[in-house]
Amino acid sequence: MLKYAFNRILLMIPTLIAVAIIVFLVLRVVPGDIVELKLTAEGGEVSMEQIEAEKKRLGLNDPLHIQFYNYMIGIPQGDLGISLWTEKPVAEEIGSRIGLSFQLAIFSTILAVLLAFPLGTLSALFRGTFLDYVIRIITIGGIAVPAFWLGMLLIMLVLSFGKLPPLGTVSFFVDPLTNFNQMIWPAISVGYRYTSVVARMLRSSILEVLSEDYIRTARAKGLYERVVIVKHGMRNALLPTVTVIGLEFAFLLGGLVVTESVFNLNGIGKLFIDSVIRNDLNLLQGLVLTVATAFVLVNLIVDLCYAALDPRIRYQS
Amino acid sequence: MSVSKIKKYNNDVLLDVLNLSVTFELKNASVKAVDNISFKIKRGEFLAVVGESGCGKSVSALSILKLLPPKIAKIESTHLIFDGVDISNWTTSQLREIRGKRISMIFQEPMTSLNPVLTIGDQITEPLITHLKLTANEAQNRAIELMSMVGIPEPENRLNQYPHQFSGGMRQRVMIAIGLACEPDLIIADEPTTALDVTIQAQILELLKDISKRLGIAVIMITHNLGVVAAYADNVNVMYAACIIETGSSNDIFKNPSHPYTIGLLRSVPRLDKSREGKLATIYGLPPNLMNPPSGCRFAERCPIYEKQCDNSPALIDNVTSKNAKVACWKTDFAKVTGAKMYASNKKTKKSVPDVNATPILTVNNLKQHFNISLRSGWFTSKSGKVKAVDDVSFSILPGETVGLVGESGCGKTSVGRSILHLNNPTNGDINFQNISMNKDSIALVRRDMQVIFQDPFSSLNPRMTIGKILEEPLIVHKIINDKASRLKRVNELLEQVGLYTYMADRYPHELSGGQRQRVGIARALAMEPKLIICDEPVSALDVSVQAQIINLLEDLQAELGISYLFIAHDLAVVRHISHKVIVMYLGKIMEVADEKSLYSKPQHPYTKALLDAAPVPDPEIEKNRKRTILKGELPSPLNPPPGCVFSTRCPEYTKECSKLTPPLVKFTDEHFVSCIKVKEFNA
Ligand SMILES: Nc1ncnc2c1ncn2[C@@H]1O[C@H](COP(=O)(O)OP(=O)(O)OP(=O)(O)O)[C@@H](O)[C@H]1O
Ligand code: SF4
Ligand code: SF4
Ligand SMILES: [Mg+2]
Repeated sequence: MLKYAFNRILLMIPTLIAVAIIVFLVLRVVPGDIVELKLTAEGGEVSMEQIEAEKKRLGLNDPLHIQFYNYMIGIPQGDLGISLWTEKPVAEEIGSRIGLSFQLAIFSTILAVLLAFPLGTLSALFRGTFLDYVIRIITIGGIAVPAFWLGMLLIMLVLSFGKLPPLGTVSFFVDPLTNFNQMIWPAISVGYRYTSVVARMLRSSILEVLSEDYIRTARAKGLYERVVIVKHGMRNALLPTVTVIGLEFAFLLGGLVVTESVFNLNGIGKLFIDSVIRNDLNLLQGLVLTVATAFVLVNLIVDLCYAALDPRIRYQS
Repeated sequence: MSVSKIKKYNNDVLLDVLNLSVTFELKNASVKAVDNISFKIKRGEFLAVVGESGCGKSVSALSILKLLPPKIAKIESTHLIFDGVDISNWTTSQLREIRGKRISMIFQEPMTSLNPVLTIGDQITEPLITHLKLTANEAQNRAIELMSMVGIPEPENRLNQYPHQFSGGMRQRVMIAIGLACEPDLIIADEPTTALDVTIQAQILELLKDISKRLGIAVIMITHNLGVVAAYADNVNVMYAACIIETGSSNDIFKNPSHPYTIGLLRSVPRLDKSREGKLATIYGLPPNLMNPPSGCRFAERCPIYEKQCDNSPALIDNVTSKNAKVACWKTDFAKVTGAKMYASNKKTKKSVPDVNATPILTVNNLKQHFNISLRSGWFTSKSGKVKAVDDVSFSILPGETVGLVGESGCGKTSVGRSILHLNNPTNGDINFQNISMNKDSIALVRRDMQVIFQDPFSSLNPRMTIGKILEEPLIVHKIINDKASRLKRVNELLEQVGLYTYMADRYPHELSGGQRQRVGIARALAMEPKLIICDEPVSALDVSVQAQIINLLEDLQAELGISYLFIAHDLAVVRHISHKVIVMYLGKIMEVADEKSLYSKPQHPYTKALLDAAPVPDPEIEKNRKRTILKGELPSPLNPPPGCVFSTRCPEYTKECSKLTPPLVKFTDEHFVSCIKVKEFNA
């Protein structure tokens, strides 16, 4: 198991290097010019010379391979360059906002898993009953309804039934209750899809597992039905579900971007949108790398969980 | 239930089933999978249930403990008395208390019947903890005891392993250990060895017999292997289309079968202990559809002595000639007298004899097929191994000859066939077909003359093409017949040649039975007018009566068209029946080659002897006097074969010399070659 984990962690390195390279290349191909945007934003006429000078100052005129070299050398040192817009280090820009997004992501993942398990299990065990239909309708909704729309709906609901928590996020460690009140609505709007996908996967894999031969064996042994389902059924049904939890995390990140805008949260998602609008290559680069790292990390955790659950994987290496 | 009733009840009878029926209520139909069956089993008795696929054997066994899906399976019975208590109306939670404790089950598929994510130890101790309330420690000790009882080596270490670390045979031993855990009164074993090789089958069945006799456990064993029945059963229930149609002692059934179906079934199995005398008997047609069974005798449509009165359903009544035997047929007496005639009306075609002086159509010299496989794959670690699937194999096939290729699973039989067809490019060696040395390029020249039939008739036919199109396609592709009208004529001719109706040309593969699909596979091969057909386990997915039809068909085609066959199979009796010459393989090497008669009557190689020893024959008298030497252990890993003789790890005659060098295949008599250094010694 340790060896397996070690291998998996090693494997992350080439993956991340590949991501870094791809990000760099793709962003150089995308059209758009930050310098012009930045200078004209301040109003007034801008001359060609001014633009050239600014470009030179920001290092945008360096040959591509020099830019690439600086970029790749910087990454392992935690230096992601400077934001072309604010001219603050990219790492600092991301660092000051990542906590909020991280909290939101964790919050909605926990929420999703906590809700998905009972929903999926009940729906499978009461297949074909009214309860099953209700749950299936709810979870279909999660896949059909976009996160931003749900977010707006929630804001309107909260507005008409009570008062919105104060603007400007309060840290969880300062005032957990207010923080919870502020985070729960965005968490629901991002987590709804997550919950639905996981619940549906769990339902179908439980149903599949319960018709396996070893479940019949467990019943034939005279085990209590509860043991048959929890010990023999659930553990096997978790395997495909865990995989889906990992894959869906990517969608969650996508959901964050829009939801943060809707709820006006100053997290990574908002930074993302800003950097795209401003054509801030360096910042965008740093953001994509951060998100990719998060995704790779989550999938590492998923793989490790999978191995912990499934001896066939664990013993393979 | 009244106390007096229990007292009066004959205590010798362990399970008494009266009028058991099971109906599956499906969305658009209902299937009566078990129809009003009654039987009894005594303590310590070994009862076999036989019958063809789908006749309701498994369903009836599962219904006793209500292990069928409750929503769709409706189980009814007059009573189901187990050890004096009627359990027919018990709820599942009441039944839970006797499941695994007093009645336990062993299932057919050892590969899927154990939970992959729980340790073997956990799975064996579960019933001990649940039923006998042992502590974890006590249970563990008992599990170790049970594992050594069922012959699992190093039980202490293997306790913490998972099912995927066990071979099929070992998993089945684990299932038996679980079944025995609480020392039940009854074990129901549903085809416990069908998925296993014959030497492993013998190990498992001997084990089951020994332990049940020693502990006085009654066994109900479901099987379709008549040899197994003859070797182990005290009594037999024969099922057909959801009903029991004949029951009696094993002697009654094999010596004096009374029902025309039983008679036909016994005659349609090829015999391991006899050369082919003529064609196999075949039972015409197929079992009826249970969604809509015939109202009278269910066998009527296939029965050679059907009469008008058979349109009324015959009851299962005492069979006059032997006591305790019962049969459901109006014309039992007549069937018995004319049993031999009923099915033997086929002409006694002798085997066609190939001309030994002719040039062989196929010669294979020093064929090697090695596979490099990666054992571990990661970005930074990778280790690979070499499997010698075929290692230095040479043989030849004459025109009109059938060469049988036998051996246990994983011995390289299929690889030989695939190399000859160049589906895999051989690592080494040459293959000569009709005097053309074959390689990647020349194979195209001879493809027409060399055809193949696969084991699984379904997956080898395109599901979206009609049978007619499937047969027409090769005629178009290879430009054999160019105009449409004559092509269609040829398709009809082919269908008739393999015993199908011409109207079936419009059907799709899923609309045919397994046997019919296999006939389509044969017809497709025949379309090319081949000289050689490589048959890879062509009958192993089929029921005995259908198997007999296909074997007869292959033999007829040989007699008529002079085709040669390479017949790959694991069933020794089938191979004996159809082959002129037989090759025995083990771990990629040939152990013995001989003409059918000498190989089966005077086997020389210890492995051949063991194989023949392990296979039971459908005759209880022979079986009673048979002493088996059971091979120990299992096939070694092909990645790491033993040095010297590959059979040395399991050979009862092994001595040190055997590990020194690989024994060459040497001549024993003109037609008989053996690869064992001690052949001379055996005959001294
Ligand atoms: N769960 C189910 N739902 C519907 N029909 C079923 C179900 N299980 C079995 N059947 C039907 O019941 C009949 C008897 O099946 P059963 O499994 O008892 O056959 P069997 O004699 O054990 O055959 P085999 O030798 O292939 O194992 C078949 O027609 C089968 O299709
Ligand atoms: S009852 Fe008639 S049809 Fe049925 S098996 Fe007997 S003779 Fe044949
Ligand atoms: S060579 Fe030795 S080990 Fe091999 S079969 Fe002969 S006696 Fe057995
Ligand atoms: Mg069955």
